[in-house]
Amino acid sequence: MNWRGALTIYKAEMARTGRTLMQSVLAPVISTSLYFVVFGAAIGSRMESIDGIGYGAFIVPGLVMMMILMQSVSNAAIGIYFPKFNGTVYELLSAPISALEIVTGFVGAAATKSLILGALVMTTAAFFVPMEIQHPLAMLAFLIMTSVTFSLFGFIIGIWADNFEQLNIVPMLIVTPLTFLGGSFYSISVLPPFWQTVTLFNPVVYLISGFRWSFYGVSDVDIGISLAAIAGFFALCLFIVWRMFKTGYRLKT
Amino acid sequence: MTHETPSGSAAAVLSIKGVSKTYAGGFTALKSVDLDIAKGEIFALLGPNGAGKTTLIGIICGLVNASSGSVEVFGHDIKGDFRLTRARIGLVPQEMSIDMFTKVKDAVAYSRGLFGKPADPAYVEQVLRDLSLWDKRNEQMRALSGGMKRRVMIAKALSHDPDILFLDEPTAGVDVELRQGMWQVVEKLRQRGKTIILTTHYIQEAEEMADRVGVIRQGEIVLVEETATLMAKMGRKKLTLQLAEPLQALPEALAVDGLSLAEDGYALHFDYDTQSDRTGITTLLSNLNAAGVSVRDLETQQSSLEEIFVDLVGGAS
Repeated sequence: MNWRGALTIYKAEMARTGRTLMQSVLAPVISTSLYFVVFGAAIGSRMESIDGIGYGAFIVPGLVMMMILMQSVSNAAIGIYFPKFNGTVYELLSAPISALEIVTGFVGAAATKSLILGALVMTTAAFFVPMEIQHPLAMLAFLIMTSVTFSLFGFIIGIWADNFEQLNIVPMLIVTPLTFLGGSFYSISVLPPFWQTVTLFNPVVYLISGFRWSFYGVSDVDIGISLAAIAGFFALCLFIVWRMFKTGYRLKT
Repeated sequence: MTHETPSGSAAAVLSIKGVSKTYAGGFTALKSVDLDIAKGEIFALLGPNGAGKTTLIGIICGLVNASSGSVEVFGHDIKGDFRLTRARIGLVPQEMSIDMFTKVKDAVAYSRGLFGKPADPAYVEQVLRDLSLWDKRNEQMRALSGGMKRRVMIAKALSHDPDILFLDEPTAGVDVELRQGMWQVVEKLRQRGKTIILTTHYIQEAEEMADRVGVIRQGEIVLVEETATLMAKMGRKKLTLQLAEPLQALPEALAVDGLSLAEDGYALHFDYDTQSDRTGITTLLSNLNAAGVSVRDLETQQSSLEEIFVDLVGGAS
């Protein structure tokens, strides 16, 4: 195995984050913190509590998850799209490195960035809203699984995208709506029965619900189903990436 | 320039057998290409745009999937043993493909790492010095001139100390001075025992650097010859003598090999070898004088490798 190759990609990707600290770290932390200030501290104090949790505290897991999803997808997508765009992908394809090692390097780096951002955002949130973490290990497990899975999803988008518009279209038009409608700001139990059923087709619901359970011990759907859903999505993404490398889809001619 | 043409795959470091490529759109870029490359030789693949040069290199290096055929590098299949084969190959693509915001030394270190090799500052320094890039090691790529960027791409390809180096049009769009600089780089690599396969449009480049030349046309290799042999062919010249009075037929007293009469009878053509001890020109002129044929004007023309090349690549069209 060429793990040194994977580590080389990982380090190069992390160095890229270091070079763009303002955009990669500061911007998502600030924008997510604004949600806490506005919805948590300002408006939240006038809202009813949900499932016995103050509104400010209720939205923290959803917001952290939203940021993690967006950042994982866009970081991993740009990570592999950029070499395709500037032509340096030839180096990856002509090096003695397997698909698994390439994916480990890119997805590992994107997931690491998401975890760092997640930690920063949760720390920031603690300044604005009272929160507790009942199941810290489960919380960490959800954070890691979500970061890795959605980085893998972003990696697929990066390979698929032929231009910058396509690169942005999936995060903007699919991930953002699914996250907003996935219970970031509300419990799905407040929806009419029909829309509750529709919502269950949104995979993000399971992530946010499970993640919120690790904080407050309450969830919209069973924690086991949440874990199964994310494991299933992970397996699906892994299969797609494997097929892409096997066939050379949009990588080789 | 005395490398032997490899007669079988046993002597070859690279062996291409029946490789074809048809792209998804239906365009056939390669038609059953066979080629063996010997250790330590410099091989020039010569052909016009779209002949299939880059596709062939792409297949060997892992950028393009072949439709059929097989490629072996040091006896290993490029698909089954891709780690072994790729570890011994360095590729410098035709397009300028670099991350503009990376420093020169980081770019080279990255390439070495991708190939799974531990850091070796002494070796990397040597590569950068050989390519006159050592002073630029801390510069970002965007600060370099075009010629330097191209040399960085060579440094990246050499970062893992490959045995075989592919240079895809190393001097395309490069001025004369840089071209000569590139030739020197190739010469240095040859001295280190690297096997080099380069593609080019320029005959002069092939003549200057290559031990053997392969001409590719519309996806087929139409000629593989030692450069020296081609040069010998190039050594032939044609002497044309304009006659004051037309001749009905070639007088018997003049008849020698290589001499012919033009259709209108106003000119004599004589093919001769500039490399031979006796070209036959003096004898011809004396014989003409003796036969009373008066010459109004004369000119000589060289049959260049360029012409041979144009004949070959234009043959099918």
